Amino acid sequence: MFSAIGKQINVIWSQIVTLWLVFLHLFNKADTVEYPDVKPYMFPRWRGRIILTRDPDGEERCVACNLCAVACPVDCIALQKTEDENGRWYPEFFRINFSRCIMCGFCEEACPTHAIQLTPDFEMAEYVRQDMVWEKEHMLISGTGKYHDYNFYRVAGKAIGGKGKGEAQNELPPVDRRSLLP
Amino acid sequence: MPSLFSFEVGSLLNIVAILVVGLGVSVMMIWVERRFLGFWSDRLGPNRVGPFGIFQVIADALKMLTKEDWIPPFSDKFTFVLAPMIIPIVMLLSIAVIPFAPGVGVIDLNIGLLWIFAMAGLASYSTMLGGLASNNKFSLLGALRGAGQMISYEVFMGISILGVVILADSFTLRDIVEAQRDGWFVVPQFFGFLVFTVAGIAESHRWPFDLPEGESEIISGYNTEYSGMKFGLFMIGEYIGMVVMSALMPVLFFGGWHAPFGLEIGTPLISGLFWMSLKTGFFLLFFVLVRAALVRPRYDQFMSYGWLVMLPLSLINLLVTGAVVLYQAG
Repeated sequence: MFSAIGKQINVIWSQIVTLWLVFLHLFNKADTVEYPDVKPYMFPRWRGRIILTRDPDGEERCVACNLCAVACPVDCIALQKTEDENGRWYPEFFRINFSRCIMCGFCEEACPTHAIQLTPDFEMAEYVRQDMVWEKEHMLISGTGKYHDYNFYRVAGKAIGGKGKGEAQNELPPVDRRSLLP
Repeated sequence: MPSLFSFEVGSLLNIVAILVVGLGVSVMMIWVERRFLGFWSDRLGPNRVGPFGIFQVIADALKMLTKEDWIPPFSDKFTFVLAPMIIPIVMLLSIAVIPFAPGVGVIDLNIGLLWIFAMAGLASYSTMLGGLASNNKFSLLGALRGAGQMISYEVFMGISILGVVILADSFTLRDIVEAQRDGWFVVPQFFGFLVFTVAGIAESHRWPFDLPEGESEIISGYNTEYSGMKFGLFMIGEYIGMVVMSALMPVLFFGGWHAPFGLEIGTPLISGLFWMSLKTGFFLLFFVLVRAALVRPRYDQFMSYGWLVMLPLSLINLLVTGAVVLYQAG
């Protein structure tokens, strides 16, 4: 009998303590960030909106190798290779369907030329679903993105207009194999 | 017949003012509750529509009014439409007998307290009929729970108040307030106050006793099938019930419009209105705090707590109060 009464007093006391502790939260600072007014700090390596970058000379970095499209787990990247008069490869079109993209960053990992990069921008909502499909002119920026000095054609052995064989960085001129005969 | 534009009980000015203020406070409680729930869980709550988010109420109302008002084809249509109307009407009717200040009130019934219990009893029809007419398993479960909850908690809600009635020797709420001029009834009737608080929350099925809704168990209980303004009427009825309960607490236990420690300000009318609204506001926020802090009990725990703890407690309280009053009368 008395233990039952004691138990009930305990129950009521515990409820009152709960009420008091929750009441004290009135004086706590809110944990929330008021997002549209206060922008959160986004880390530089955040995997957000995808961009296509240019090399330091202002040319498109993308060589249309299709590795990003192969790596993409949701198949949201589509592109077609073409070639300019200098023999430089570039995408004829480059299309990313952002309503499928899961921002995994595999395309950035796969890219041999640092062309495709992910940025800290995450505000990508659209009113019309078709607007989620981005073409090359929407994604191609005028800068170099995260890698400022890298220029694929300057380190690659491929000959393009204005740069012959053996003229790339750290590259020796081609050797005539027959001249090396003993 | 009282004159129309004076502060007498039953004047037109009083009736209109109490209706407008009562409804206005009930509607604003939607915003106040969400805001304070936010504060108490370290959030900010709705703060974007207008200053401090105060127009959130208008936005909510517009949303409710423009939503599709769907009546399920499998429901009992007449009862389905009738059920949400009951609870706001009976809750507004029970505001009528509450005395807010000297000379402020709609009517002074000599059965004022019984009137409020009658109206609270009728309000449970809203829950029951709503759940029954929806023709939905979960709604029916919610309605069953609601019916059981109302019946069991109404019993000792009534008994817990009888101590106050014995002390005041009247069922008229204005007389009960007048009897507390020299001391609040919360002191001699502390256990009555405890039981009435719990029963009042259960009666208006607010959190943590929202078992008829119980959204984690039975979707939304009796109002699962309701949408648009029909759902809004259930909500508004619940909030008016909350205002009625919060106004009853000071009237029955905390001296109504009487100022504590003789802290009268201005005329009796202004002082009465000030203290009554302060006390009512305190209990409104208390109800919100209870919602923020306490967890919903299991239904069997809830029922056994009612019948095995609250009922004996209120009966003992009634017995002791009666014995003491008889002893003092000689």
